[in-house]
Amino acid sequence: MLTNADLLALDGKPGDFTARIRQRPRYIDADACTACGLCTQYCPKHHVDPYNEGLALTRPIHIDYAQAVPATYYIDPSSCLHLQYDTCQICVPVCQSHAINFNQQPEEIELKVGAVVLSPGFGKIDPATLEKFGYGRHPDVVTSVEFERMTTASGPFMGEVKCFSDGRHPKRIAFIQCVGSRDLGCDNGYCSSVCCMYAIKEALVAKEHDPEVDITIYYMDIRTQGKEFDKAQQRAEAMGIKFVRAKVADVTPWENRLQLTYATLDGHHEFEPFDMVVLSVGLESPRDARGIADITGIELNRYNFARSDTFSPLTTNREGIVVAGAFQGPKDIPESVTQASAAAGIAAGLLEAQRGQGIIHKTYPEEQDIGDEVRIGVFVCHCGINISSVVDVHEVEESVADMEGVVYHTDSLYSCSQDAIETLKKTIIEHNLNRVVIAACSPRTHEPLFQETLKDAGLNPCLVEMVNIRDQCSWVHAAEPQAATQKSEDLVRMAVAKARRMQPLPAQTVPVTPRALIIGGGIAGMTVALTLADQGFESVLLEKGRTLGGNLGLLNHVLTSKETANHLKKLVDRVRKNRKIDVLTGAELVQMSGFIGNFSSVVSTGGGRKEETVDHGVVVLATGGREHRPDGYLLGRNKKVLTQQELEKRLAGKARNRAPDSVVMIQCAGSRGDDLNYCSKVCCNHAVKNALQIKEINPDAQVIVLYRDMRTYGYAEDAYREARLKGVIFIPYEPDRKPEVYEAGRRLHVKFFDSLLQEEVDMTPDLVALSVGIVPEGTEELSKLLKAPLTDDKFFLEAHVKLRPVELPVDGVYVCGLAHAPKPVDETIAQAQAAAAKAAIPLVKGSVSVDPIVSSVDQDKCIGCGICVSLCPFGAIEMIKVDKKRKARTISASCKACGICASHCPTFAISMGGFTNEQIISQIEAFGQVTEQETAEV
Amino acid sequence: MGKGMEHRAGSVMVVGGGIAGVQAALDLTELGYYVYLVEKAAVVGGVMAQLDKTFPTNDCSL
Repeated sequence: MLTNADLLALDGKPGDFTARIRQRPRYIDADACTACGLCTQYCPKHHVDPYNEGLALTRPIHIDYAQAVPATYYIDPSSCLHLQYDTCQICVPVCQSHAINFNQQPEEIELKVGAVVLSPGFGKIDPATLEKFGYGRHPDVVTSVEFERMTTASGPFMGEVKCFSDGRHPKRIAFIQCVGSRDLGCDNGYCSSVCCMYAIKEALVAKEHDPEVDITIYYMDIRTQGKEFDKAQQRAEAMGIKFVRAKVADVTPWENRLQLTYATLDGHHEFEPFDMVVLSVGLESPRDARGIADITGIELNRYNFARSDTFSPLTTNREGIVVAGAFQGPKDIPESVTQASAAAGIAAGLLEAQRGQGIIHKTYPEEQDIGDEVRIGVFVCHCGINISSVVDVHEVEESVADMEGVVYHTDSLYSCSQDAIETLKKTIIEHNLNRVVIAACSPRTHEPLFQETLKDAGLNPCLVEMVNIRDQCSWVHAAEPQAATQKSEDLVRMAVAKARRMQPLPAQTVPVTPRALIIGGGIAGMTVALTLADQGFESVLLEKGRTLGGNLGLLNHVLTSKETANHLKKLVDRVRKNRKIDVLTGAELVQMSGFIGNFSSVVSTGGGRKEETVDHGVVVLATGGREHRPDGYLLGRNKKVLTQQELEKRLAGKARNRAPDSVVMIQCAGSRGDDLNYCSKVCCNHAVKNALQIKEINPDAQVIVLYRDMRTYGYAEDAYREARLKGVIFIPYEPDRKPEVYEAGRRLHVKFFDSLLQEEVDMTPDLVALSVGIVPEGTEELSKLLKAPLTDDKFFLEAHVKLRPVELPVDGVYVCGLAHAPKPVDETIAQAQAAAAKAAIPLVKGSVSVDPIVSSVDQDKCIGCGICVSLCPFGAIEMIKVDKKRKARTISASCKACGICASHCPTFAISMGGFTNEQIISQIEAFGQVTEQETAEV
Repeated sequence: MGKGMEHRAGSVMVVGGGIAGVQAALDLTELGYYVYLVEKAAVVGGVMAQLDKTFPTNDCSL
């Protein structure tokens, strides 16, 4: 990890790039710094804190936030007294670990790399654009990022929302959407795709802080097109947040408040007073985008984001360089995470031959036999002043002196610092310790470090027990130091009692079958297969239908490319010719058993006539979706009513009247509240695409699009603008006043309320095209086979919507494409590449390692009741026959060690590694010991 | 000015240590590659670390 580092040059070719990097000095030795924070306390100079968007002051020597990585302070040279004026240096003697070094110089480093991933993020909207809304002129006009810092509990105001002008709590807040987005005035014609979501989130947070606050969001279109996003918008409305479709013209001071002037759809001008105005700023290309392009030789698009193609969304024009995240185009966190995994997968495919060569494998000394004698070492940590300012660390340490089995005890300023870890290792060896108790912070963050240290010292990693006397004592009982010390002693005594009964647990690994099963042969499934093949892995590709291609085969072209058919043909050819891909058409999954690394599936082919078994290590679900067929709008009853897909086919045909003189399109037909409760994300683009196509064939045609919100997010906004310029008429409708389609005589009528004219319109178009939305295909059956959960809308539910967007909660199962949620082609491809990269991880490792804290069943005690099997949320227990008797058995590789089975077993046959009944009871008894003594004293 | 030279076969450079860069770096190491994560700022995490509710804890630490 190279921080404070700039890329200066990049030469060479794929597989053999040379990058020149300049690393600017931190002026602090990262290895020595313990992040204690004393230096910041003593530094006399103020420094405007960019991390808090300039809303707070810090010091030139600081760390951005407590959890920062690397956890090392640094000096910002722009305001440091020593670096600017050669004075001060107060921090140098203050630092107890002698970490401050003003002699550090910039360093140039040359790196030889095989591939490059560019993920420089996005830039800020130019302040000139914000000034149009009074930003900079009135203190109570803030950006959404500033507002975010304001509402943050750990932020500069500890979550308190205040007006900067006079410190009062705002009673009325306005959000202005599309600031710096969808705005040709600042050359940002695109939609930033994230602002609607964060505005709703921030509004909800502000409402949580102060339920009385009145919030209005001024918008053009609410673009909550992502998975489950509409629901958040509905929640916001239910909470009383107002949404007003209007264009804000001006923000002017009015007494001590702000007056918003805005124009509504029907042409009215309105005025509204507010205490605070939040500007929902868009995402711009990174400020140094040009520089990055010059250095790396990649091309940018007209908005200075990286240029890429619909069918290879992450590939740049320079081979070996891929892009991910907001630099590829404005996007939210899940999309960025997806692209990042995809980019990793592509880079891995480019360097398949070099895999594993750069990785350094650590070696450990052989594990020592611990013998019969219990020799416990207790280490109590001060955590700087984090613990010791409240808890009497020495008293806690002394309290263990006479305990059974304790042969060594000490305290440490920072148990986790590099030197303390070395000392711990030496102490273990010197005093022949075979159990270690660390009283410090959270095992969640630090247990792996201490386990690693035990391994380095030749001990089994399961012989360490951590006591969290920071979070559970010094932090939560900061006002009661005595009680906090007493509680620390109790917890440590309990840990020692448990430690006496700790036993080494062997590390378990399960081998992996290096093959993937991919269900669905559309663009998603085929992309997964090819990406895996590039990385050297075999796959079996199941397609229910007779041919590969899925929904892409139904599209004539997409907004960004006319090459759909050509691309699809090439893709199918590549899949068919690839020796690592076994394609089974007319195939369906009948049964699946096993767990990550070792699945076994029964597949039927030839329309159920034949069955075969496939062994595989991972599963990727790419089952796709199809057009929804809503009941209303005379679809299927009047041949002039088509779906957008049918219209597309007609437009691509040869019929003379394929693009008739008048067409009405109805968006959200059956979606967003009718049959489907979600937005299908692609229909607005589809409508714009078909409208443009009609205009191309028949420029005089009248095309009217009736919509709720035009969700042409990202660059599709350009096409939406083009359609308007070419005369396509877009008229919004409200959900409680939907357009009606009816027949009168032989004519087809559409009746709707025109919100621009404010009157009812009845017309008789030649065609009505419905944007009908997408439903997932076959997810319910698969969900049962795989024990993988679905959302209310029957799409697969990912393991974590933000950070694990292509993994399912069941290990070894991945999802992409329409089976995850409706999405356009480029997002499907990136997601498929991401799913392939994630699926490749266990295949690369070759084995799955299992934490030894999993459950195990004592078969002598097990009565085969099966309660555990029915309760296990991970399908990690199976029933087997042992000597003709039913017995439960843990599938270690699937077990998450939650302990539900052990706590419900009626015969105590199930035990958790590292948390045995015996250990827990001894802990409870140890707690009782002193309580009894105390009671006796009273 | 010191000048270092690193040569390691099977390595990838990730430029930018926001959520995308960090995720790409983590996935690449898991896929068996050595990663150089080059970040302009003094910390990795990017804009996501500034956000409150989406991520109450800094989930993206390496």
